[in-house]
Amino acid sequence: MKKVYLDYGATTPVDKDVLNEILPFFHERFGNASSIHSYGKEAFDAVENAREKVSDIINCKANEIVFTSGGTESDNLAIKGVAYINKDKRKTKGNHIITSAIEHPAVLETCRHLEKQGFNVKYLPVDKYGIVNTKDLEDAISANTFLVTIMYANNEIGTVEPIEELGKITKEHNVLFHTDAVQAITKISIDVIKLNIDLLSVSAHKIYGPKGTGALYVKNGIKLEPTAHGGGHEKGLRSSTLNTPGIVGIGKACEIGKKRMKKDTFYMKILRDKLIKNVLEIEESYLNGHPEKRLANNAHFRFTAVEGESLNLMLDDKGIAAATGSACSSKKLQTSHVLLAIGVNPKEAHGSIRFTLGKYTSKEEIEYVSDALPEIVKRLRKMSPLWNR
Amino acid sequence: MVEIDYNEKVKDHFFNPRNVGEIKDADGVGTVGNPVCGDVMTIYIKVKNNIIIDIKFKTYGCAAAIASSSIATEMVKGKTLEEAEKLTRDDVAKELGGLPAVKMHCSNLASDALREAIKEYRKKQGK
Ligand SMILES: Cc1ncc(COP(=O)(O)O)c(C=O)c1O
Ligand SMILES: [Zn+2]
Repeated sequence: MKKVYLDYGATTPVDKDVLNEILPFFHERFGNASSIHSYGKEAFDAVENAREKVSDIINCKANEIVFTSGGTESDNLAIKGVAYINKDKRKTKGNHIITSAIEHPAVLETCRHLEKQGFNVKYLPVDKYGIVNTKDLEDAISANTFLVTIMYANNEIGTVEPIEELGKITKEHNVLFHTDAVQAITKISIDVIKLNIDLLSVSAHKIYGPKGTGALYVKNGIKLEPTAHGGGHEKGLRSSTLNTPGIVGIGKACEIGKKRMKKDTFYMKILRDKLIKNVLEIEESYLNGHPEKRLANNAHFRFTAVEGESLNLMLDDKGIAAATGSACSSKKLQTSHVLLAIGVNPKEAHGSIRFTLGKYTSKEEIEYVSDALPEIVKRLRKMSPLWNR
Repeated sequence: MVEIDYNEKVKDHFFNPRNVGEIKDADGVGTVGNPVCGDVMTIYIKVKNNIIIDIKFKTYGCAAAIASSSIATEMVKGKTLEEAEKLTRDDVAKELGGLPAVKMHCSNLASDALREAIKEYRKKQGK
């Protein structure tokens, strides 16, 4: 059976060049980067080389990169790190954090956790495309605000936030600015200096690197409370023997990602737009998110009277891997918080599906999906009591 | 995170549902569910001599909801109304060879819709 992977937003295959770079670090070059001998030195050099490469893609200094176990840990370290540090070391002694309603759970749940610890969190609404209003941020900032955390690009609907404007506002008010760039990195050119970003999260497995490795950019001068105490690795912010293969992998992934960014995004956008055009020919189908301000690889749709899980399974039956926005996976409503935040009514949110393209996506694959999808939607509608056209 | 792993029988009923459609001159129609929570089901029955001689369904919902609808219609076709009324969500799930725990509520819909259809039929009969 033909197999078409269109879930690159969930994870990506490790690039063969990345894989080749990683492999020697499991057996031959297995040293502990903290060891003083030649084995350790070899690992240490590889880690520092990777640090350079990660810093290079966002234009920061190498010593501003902290390696973590993934995007989730980077988000946790950034947000809890700033929240829990001795207040004297923060720019402000307040207890107010501002975020958006459409963040990834790694940010949202961390904020909810902090609320239980007595912090005050403001969840900024978004417009119908998923964009945060800069005026809302201005209005929300008070003397008590010490951190703004707003994602660079949304993982579900692909909407890209006005990071430059948001960074200007946080700088003006002397508030720290963290952004989850897990989906944006290698798809959007990012310059943390120009954008006034203080903290930025990255994950390797979304950019053709290995799972379980991430990085956090921490601007020099910013103090964080560690989330894992121990031997004092990574400037004491994140103790644990460095995951050399993973770190080598994220370094190589960033290097390749930077080099190929223009070409890959250009190519993905052409295919993505083709997919959008084809799919929107289906009666009562809609694109979620912004028509232009969206990640080059993201297409997110909803179809009247069609349920997402069924749609996803029927696509899977045709070898097509996509992601469901929501499923009736529990007794409780499990409608996507992102779709609700952009004002899609819960009834329609259930009929959503996300296709995320990658650098290996071909024109033939897009044609295959474009052919299969209308049939499946038709089939499900024929079965649906909500469809009587 | 939830594990959703459907067995082969559920998949069979999902991909090849039996008795899909409408009965234009149905003797009883029952609709349950709510699109807000994900699943909606309509069941149409044709009754003769107290026996369900024909049954069709339409379902909007997850694979568990569609498979439950399909198998429930098979289970009660040819049965008396009294027998059909006794159908529970557990019977439906059992006949399917089990459903993931988080999907058990989806099998409610089939037995509920069936009871609604029977109720409507009885009401029409003035009984
Ligand atoms: C926007 C965003 N943030 C954070 C994460 C979590 O990254 P990881 O899986 O590396 O922990 C993801 C991945 O699902 C993501 O899309
Ligand atoms: Zn269901």
